Amino acid sequence: MSVPESGGAPASCSTFEPLRRFLDVARGAGLRISSAESIDAIRALEVVGYSDKAFLKDALGLVLAKTPSEKVLYDEAFERYFRREGFSWAGDEGADPQVAAAPASGGRVLSPLAQMLERNDRAGVTAAVEGAAAATGVQNIRYFTQSGLYSLRILRQVGLRELEGDIEALERSGNPEDMTRAQRLAGQLQGLREAVRTFVDVQLEMFGREDAEQFREERLKTARLSGISQRDMARMRALVRQMARKLASRYARTRRRRLRGQLDVRKTMRRNIGWGGVPFVTHWKQRKIEKPQVLVLCDVSGSVAEVSQFLLMFLYALNEALTDIHSFAFAGSTIDVSDVLDRQPVEEAITSILDRIGFQSSNYGNALAEFEDQWMHLVTPKTTVIIVGDARGNGSDPRLDVFNRLSMRSKRLIWLNPEHPFSWGTGDSDMSRYMPFCSLVRVCNTLQHLDRAIGDMLKQQS
Amino acid sequence: MSNKADLKVIPNPTMSTSVADVEAGLSAAGYIASRQIAMAIHLACHLQKPVVVEGPAGVGKTELAKSLAQWLQLPLIRMQCYEGLDESKALYEWKYGKQLLYTQILKNKISSVIGESDDLGVALGKLHQFDDIFFSRDFLEPRPLLKALDEPRGAVLLIDEIDKADQEFEAFLLEVLSDYQVTVPEIGSVVARLPPLVLLTSNSTRDLGDALKRRCLHLHIDFPDARLEARIVTSRVPGIDPRLLTQLVSFVQQLRQLDLRKPPSVSETIDWARVLVLLHTEVLGDETVRDTLNVLLKFEADIAIAQNEISTLTHRARREAGVA
Repeated sequence: MSVPESGGAPASCSTFEPLRRFLDVARGAGLRISSAESIDAIRALEVVGYSDKAFLKDALGLVLAKTPSEKVLYDEAFERYFRREGFSWAGDEGADPQVAAAPASGGRVLSPLAQMLERNDRAGVTAAVEGAAAATGVQNIRYFTQSGLYSLRILRQVGLRELEGDIEALERSGNPEDMTRAQRLAGQLQGLREAVRTFVDVQLEMFGREDAEQFREERLKTARLSGISQRDMARMRALVRQMARKLASRYARTRRRRLRGQLDVRKTMRRNIGWGGVPFVTHWKQRKIEKPQVLVLCDVSGSVAEVSQFLLMFLYALNEALTDIHSFAFAGSTIDVSDVLDRQPVEEAITSILDRIGFQSSNYGNALAEFEDQWMHLVTPKTTVIIVGDARGNGSDPRLDVFNRLSMRSKRLIWLNPEHPFSWGTGDSDMSRYMPFCSLVRVCNTLQHLDRAIGDMLKQQS
Repeated sequence: MSNKADLKVIPNPTMSTSVADVEAGLSAAGYIASRQIAMAIHLACHLQKPVVVEGPAGVGKTELAKSLAQWLQLPLIRMQCYEGLDESKALYEWKYGKQLLYTQILKNKISSVIGESDDLGVALGKLHQFDDIFFSRDFLEPRPLLKALDEPRGAVLLIDEIDKADQEFEAFLLEVLSDYQVTVPEIGSVVARLPPLVLLTSNSTRDLGDALKRRCLHLHIDFPDARLEARIVTSRVPGIDPRLLTQLVSFVQQLRQLDLRKPPSVSETIDWARVLVLLHTEVLGDETVRDTLNVLLKFEADIAIAQNEISTLTHRARREAGVA
């Protein structure tokens, strides 16, 4: 457990133990450390040794932290771990080493722990507790409910039972001198208990975070977008970006495959007749690459306010991933937001869109009509139109005629609805009336839904 | 992990023995390195890993590679990345012209090679004796990456602005960076005689791939603090008056605190110092600063912002240097 203070070449596996533990801690703090990087960290440690903390910090930082934000996390984790928050126990200062060695009046020889406590042997107790901590595997602690259990295990390991036996025996002897010794021991034990408990809590803080982090990410992927708290926003944003990048790269690959052709024998022969059929110039069969033209209409009205942030976020990510995409946002009316998404960073883009038309009451009919007037020419038989919204038009005319024309003009018309299918068509929802015109209707209220819906779409596109 | 011998690194004659050595060596070459930078170089030598150097423009990322090459007395091979950079420009290319020319020259000699053999099989057999002469090293035009691997004494390979290259190119670099070898289909694998010291610089215009990051050490160079910057300026502008130095460094440091589109970098500080020395400036006055501000700031809007603050900044700079 203890970090060797002296420098020099590490000789065995055990020398790497503190580093291995630190890697666990760093993973817990949110750094992604693969086994290859662990090996690099060990090699770096071989070069610099433990002797100089500043050097060690620089060296490990170079290997482990790959972005400025990771550097910050790394610095925190490093300080937390190497501050040596091992076990610390002050004990009672006024101990008399003379008494300790003496056996109790009944001739009973006290247990080693009791002797150490009486002597107030800090180094001895610390070593014993840290040894016990290693033996009980305290670094496996994950949840705060376990801290009591681990504290008890550690205390048992260092000899709690024997100590309690000693105290009891001393109290029962009736000898006043032994009584005071028993009292002192009981006091020391109390201090020790607290110290161990603190120690375990610190371990929990260091090691217990890794799983919590993963758990939260998993949960976020399947959580309803409307129910996500402000605190998880940043993490959510990262997930969205990650997802969009994945989609983009997958999509890019399919497109590249299509670029490879087969020899077009007919055309090649025809072209080379002039050279007596020697194929100087080759012609390749190539399937025409259909660049997907995507047009997204995103509802940002009050009824979908909780999810519109995320939908816009995804729209933004999609805008980065696809080249030919037009984005519109609508509530009461429709605006073109492609420009905003192109130019501004994600946060600003979202706020500026929401500022312009967000949170109005939605009027699908009006929004569609406006779209037809100004931008219908963008829709060609190659265009995939995606509409994201709950189809709740507050009782206004849904303008199915416009929607029909939109459906006829476009290649595909996809509707992603954040509401559960049960509520489609209830109240002011016009979903069931729009549905017949759509080529695909999907529920979309978690990140996973979004991922699948867009993924399917890109697959069919290319 | 347990076997120490496995971890041992083959020593390089020019390899540094400690971080202090690196610092001293670089400073002899005219580069004042912070502790982190020295550590990165030290580790890169020992672990034989490439270093990704990130940071704002003008903090000396490229300069680091140059000084490193100078200190280690190795050739510096520089590859500037840009969009559309591909294998034929980065790795190798066949000398098509030379190949064509040789075929033309050899055309007339072909009968003497084949001799009088009427049999096609015999003629082919004779031709086979000549191997693939046209696809040998003689007709290979090595580009930076291959050149770096081919250097007999090792080299410093600078892959500049990797973030400007396409993602595919990044993937292509992986083989070079992790194994120090490349594959030329007609010849086979070319393994580095001595692994070059590789520095990749990036201005973080885009995120680098995880695979690349994992194979590299990661060094982030930020604007230096006042003391380090003063040392850097002194090493580059040797004749500068220490009082002027304090003033100008203080001024630049304060300028970076303002909300500017592009804060002045170290190279601009050095340029400005040269200008001030040339003008025989002793005390930083508002007028001098106003006239020379375009050396430090490159955007009209930035200059406008700074103009309003000049007197406050120069005043504080003068006070720090202890001149009235």
